[in-house]
Amino acid sequence: MKSQALTNRRWFSPISYSLAIAAVAFALLGGSTDIAGAQQTMASSDKIWASFKGDVFGERQIISDTGLVRIEAPKRAQDAALVPVDIYIDPAKAPDGVKAVTLIIDVNPAPLAATFTLGKDAGVTHISTRVRVNDYSWLRAIAETGSGQLHMTQTFVKASGGCSAPAVKNTDEAMASMGKMKLRQFPEPAMSQVQELQLMIRHPNNSGFQRDPITQYFIPAHFVQKLSISQDDKLILAMEGGISISEDPNFRFDFKANGPGEIKVEATDTDGKVFQDQWPLEAAGL
Amino acid sequence: MPTDLFRRRLIKGFACIGAGAAVLPCCLSHASYAAGTGAKFALKEVADGVYAFGGVNELMTDANQGAICNVGLVVGDEAAAAVDSGGSMVEARAFLAAIKEVTDKPVRYLVNTHMHPDHIFGNAAFRDIGATIVGHRNLPRALAARGDFYLQSYHRQIGDALMQGIEIVPPTQTVDDRLELDLGGRKLELRAWKAAHTDNDLTAYDPATRTFFAGDLVFMGHLPTLDGSLLGWMRQLDELAAIDAAVTVPGHGPVPSAWPQALEDERRYFEVLAGDLRKAIADGVPLDKAVQTAGLGERGNWALFDDYNGRNATAAYAELEWE
Ligand SMILES: [Zn+2]
Repeated sequence: MKSQALTNRRWFSPISYSLAIAAVAFALLGGSTDIAGAQQTMASSDKIWASFKGDVFGERQIISDTGLVRIEAPKRAQDAALVPVDIYIDPAKAPDGVKAVTLIIDVNPAPLAATFTLGKDAGVTHISTRVRVNDYSWLRAIAETGSGQLHMTQTFVKASGGCSAPAVKNTDEAMASMGKMKLRQFPEPAMSQVQELQLMIRHPNNSGFQRDPITQYFIPAHFVQKLSISQDDKLILAMEGGISISEDPNFRFDFKANGPGEIKVEATDTDGKVFQDQWPLEAAGL
Repeated sequence: MPTDLFRRRLIKGFACIGAGAAVLPCCLSHASYAAGTGAKFALKEVADGVYAFGGVNELMTDANQGAICNVGLVVGDEAAAAVDSGGSMVEARAFLAAIKEVTDKPVRYLVNTHMHPDHIFGNAAFRDIGATIVGHRNLPRALAARGDFYLQSYHRQIGDALMQGIEIVPPTQTVDDRLELDLGGRKLELRAWKAAHTDNDLTAYDPATRTFFAGDLVFMGHLPTLDGSLLGWMRQLDELAAIDAAVTVPGHGPVPSAWPQALEDERRYFEVLAGDLRKAIADGVPLDKAVQTAGLGERGNWALFDDYNGRNATAAYAELEWE
C-alpha cells in the first residue's frame, strides 16, 4: 500500500487532478481485479460528478433515465483523442420541446464538454460529435425541456489508455488549416422534411496543458468556444464548448428544413478569431 | 453560466506540478530483466559496429518489461550512439549493461526516434550517464502534451514495479531537417520526417554499413499504429524506399530486415485501410460504424491487429474526411 500511495503522487499532474482523487479512492478501497476496478471507477466518476454538479445546475432536480434523452458511445474508446458520442432526443417524450443538451465527461480536466442550444422548432433529434476522454468515465447527457425539467442519461467509457493520448496528432497541419470549414449534407428519404448535416471545423482545440519547450510557460488553451448553425437567421443548433471536444470539431445532426434557405455557420475561438461560412441547402427531401 | 468548467481544473492542476515530478527510488537491477522475461537482453551485431535488440510483438506488460520495440547502437572510434531507450528503466539498464559488453566507448548520444513510451521510457537512464538526447524538433512539444497521460495510462498497464524511475525526459538537442552525429571516424545521419507515424518521426542512417534505423516509420509483423498522419505516411513511403540502405532495423519487426522490401506489408495495409474508409465516408457511414469493418481484410497478416486496427481506423477516418 505504501508504494501504491507513492506512485499515486504521479497522478497529481496538471492533466489529472481529478484522476488523482479517483486513483487514491481506488487504492484505499483496495480494488485489484479488473471488474472491481471498473466498478470503483464508476463510483469515483460519480463522486467527481457530485462534486461539480451544483456548479452547472445549482440545486435543480435532475431526473434520470426517462428515455427523453439517450446517449451512445463505445464501451472502450479506440482512440482517447477521438471518441464518437451520439445524443438522441425522443420528441414524443418532450411535448414542450428540448431547449438545451449538456454533455459532461466527469473525469476530464474540463468536465463540461459542451452545451448545445437547440433552435425552437428546429426539430433536432440527434447530435453526434467526438470528444476526448482522459480516463474511465461516465459520459452524461442532460436535456433541459421547454418547461425547465432536467433529464439525464449516461454511458460508461473506458479510455483506451496506452499510447493513444487525448492530444493533437498533427499540430502543424491543424494550425496551418485552422478555421477551414466543410459542410456535408446527407440525403434523407424522399418526401421527408428532415435533413442531416455534418459540420466540420479545422481547429487544434488544444488543451492548454502544453508547456512551451523554450519558455516553460504553459501555452494557453486555444479552442472553439462558441458555434452557431442557422438557416437564414433562424437558429438550428448552437454550442458552447471547451477542450473536451476533439481537435477539428465535428458535429453531425438532423433538423427540419424550413424552406430552401442557406445554412450559415459562425464559430468563435478563445483568441477571439471568428470563422464564418455558408452553403446552399441541397433540397433533397423538399 | 459557469463557463469556467469548460477549462475548470486547469488552475487547480497548476498547483500540483511539483508533486508530479517526484522521483521514485529504484531497487531493480538489470538482472531482474532476465528474471522477468526468461530471456537475456541480447544485442545482435547486424553490421560492422552496428547492433540491435529485437523487441517482442506484444503490448507493454510487466512480464515483458516493456521491451517491445527494437533498439540499436552504432559504435564509432570515439563514441557510441544509442537509438531509442526502451520501454522501462529495467530495459534501459539492461541495454546499457549490454552496451558495456560490446564496447568501452562512451554513449555520447541517445537518438529518440519518436514520442512513444516503448521508445522513450528508458530516457532517464541515458540522461543519468550524460548522453545528449536528440529528437525531432516536434518531440518536446509532443511530450509536453502527452507525458503526464503516458505516465498515468502506463501505470495501469504495466504496474508499480516497472513504472519505477520512469520519467518523461525530453531531448536536449533537436533536429529540424538533418543532423550528423560525429562518433569519431563514423557519422550517423539523422533525418526529421513530416507527420507520418507521429508528427515527430526521426530516422538514423549509418552510411558506413548502409544500415537504416527506421524507428516506427517501419512496422513488420506488428500492426502499424497511427498517431500522426496516414496520408503523410503514405506520401513519404517512396521517399523512404529511395534511401540507399542495405538493411533496416525497423521500429517493430525482424532485426535486421531487407531494404526496401521492409516497406511492402505496411504499404499494402495502409492502402486497404484508406480504401475501405474512403468508401465508407463517401457512403455517409458514420465514424463509429465505419471503424468496425475498415481494414479487416488485413486481419490475418498482422500481430496485435485487434489491439490497434480500430484505433488506426478512427484516426484515419477523421483525417480522410477532409479530403
Ligand atoms: Zn511508435
